[in-house]
Amino acid sequence: MMSSSAPAVRVADLCVERGGRQVLHDVTFEVPRGSIVGLMGPSGCGKTTLMRAIVGVQIVKSGTVTVLGEPAGSPSLRRRVGYATQAPAVYDDLSVTENLRYFAAVLGAPRTDVDRVAAEVGLEAQRDQLVSTLSGGQLGRVNLAVALLGAPELLVLDEPTVGLDPLLRQELWTLFRRLAERGVTLIVSSHVMDEAGRADRLLLMREGRILADGTPRELRAASGADDLEETFLHLISEREEARTS
Amino acid sequence: MSLAITLATTRRILAQLRHDHRTIAMMVGVPSLLMILLRYVFDRPEVFDRVGPMLLGLFPFVIMFIVTSVGTLRERAGGTLERLMTMPMGRLDLLVGYALAFGLLALAQVGVVLAISLTWLGLDLAGPGWTLLLVAVLDALLGMALGLFASAFARTEFQAVQFMPAFVLPQALLCGLIMPRDQMASWLEAVSDVLPLTYAVDAMQRVSREPDVGGDLVRDIVIIAVCAVLALLLAAATLRRRTP
Repeated sequence: MMSSSAPAVRVADLCVERGGRQVLHDVTFEVPRGSIVGLMGPSGCGKTTLMRAIVGVQIVKSGTVTVLGEPAGSPSLRRRVGYATQAPAVYDDLSVTENLRYFAAVLGAPRTDVDRVAAEVGLEAQRDQLVSTLSGGQLGRVNLAVALLGAPELLVLDEPTVGLDPLLRQELWTLFRRLAERGVTLIVSSHVMDEAGRADRLLLMREGRILADGTPRELRAASGADDLEETFLHLISEREEARTS
Repeated sequence: MSLAITLATTRRILAQLRHDHRTIAMMVGVPSLLMILLRYVFDRPEVFDRVGPMLLGLFPFVIMFIVTSVGTLRERAGGTLERLMTMPMGRLDLLVGYALAFGLLALAQVGVVLAISLTWLGLDLAGPGWTLLLVAVLDALLGMALGLFASAFARTEFQAVQFMPAFVLPQALLCGLIMPRDQMASWLEAVSDVLPLTYAVDAMQRVSREPDVGGDLVRDIVIIAVCAVLALLLAAATLRRRTP
């Protein structure tokens, strides 16, 4: 099971209900190791619920989620999976360094990791600043830095580049690529289509279902559209036609 | 359980408090001020000798209840609890981390109030001061554990704050502070028999009156400690790794 050819994440027939409403319908896909998968789709389409199921904090109705060869949420995965929620989950009454030091201690990561991740997300200058005094973009980067602590084999990042200027966004995608080259698997959600082209593979989601699964090039070719925004629109209308006919 | 994670959590909570000078000042200052008021409201040393120690047991209980119920609600609402639950953090690591941090804080709080009471306010204790400190810290831990537990049932800060009167005031009315328990309606006395604060106040009364550490005081201390541990285990049961 632990061979490198086994997928990092395998989701099969996943159904999830939240607040009495079914938000994921029979979702099935695989994520190969060492790849960057972009999880694309409009707000409310189930991206966050799917990510929560992969890190094992979501109660699921049916289906299986296997992460790095083990059921999602297994105790042994707690050091191997890094997770950053969309809303920053850090202590705003602590400094950046104090936050990173605490989470590093919980993960059993070396203390040098604090310097490393602060540099990776470009927050060296704000290290001693209280988190409550940071800008929205800086706050998001502290949140991301926590997920990079230790040596996670899988990173699940919910909208990590929201609110960042283009230069910073570019730097983060360079970092994601560097991590993938080291063998780390990344699942990155976004609703900004111009980011999608940077991923190795795309999962397009709408209303709790996977509309398409493939490389950006494959998806563009299949739909005959030039950019991914159009591809997405094309796939939606195709799906609607199939449903009504 | 992991000692390293527990201690890291204690350090983190103390660091949060270190950044919040006003909360620390109020946690130590408000009970001190209330004791001073109490001393001169009665203006009779013998009444202060009787009531003062009981309040020394009540303050840490009430204050720790409020601080932890709001504090853990913030962890739940802010997503940090969910983040910790995806990490190798045991539920008891978190709770014992909280208990150590707030236990230390209670020690500082009661230490200052006790010092003011014994010197300036002329409080006359029959028993040894360390037993009073021990009972007060256990009261604080009991308040903290009940606060952790209560926070699981609060959706908002407004609700969390209201749990204080709901959990604490009935106990404060029935614990013998306002009216000796044997003069209450018998069914209320029976209810007060199973409320932990009753034993906290009883222990404080014994420390103030009895020069030796007797069997009844030990019984009180054991009951408070067992209740605190039970409340902590109940609180642990409300921490869930998977949520809907």
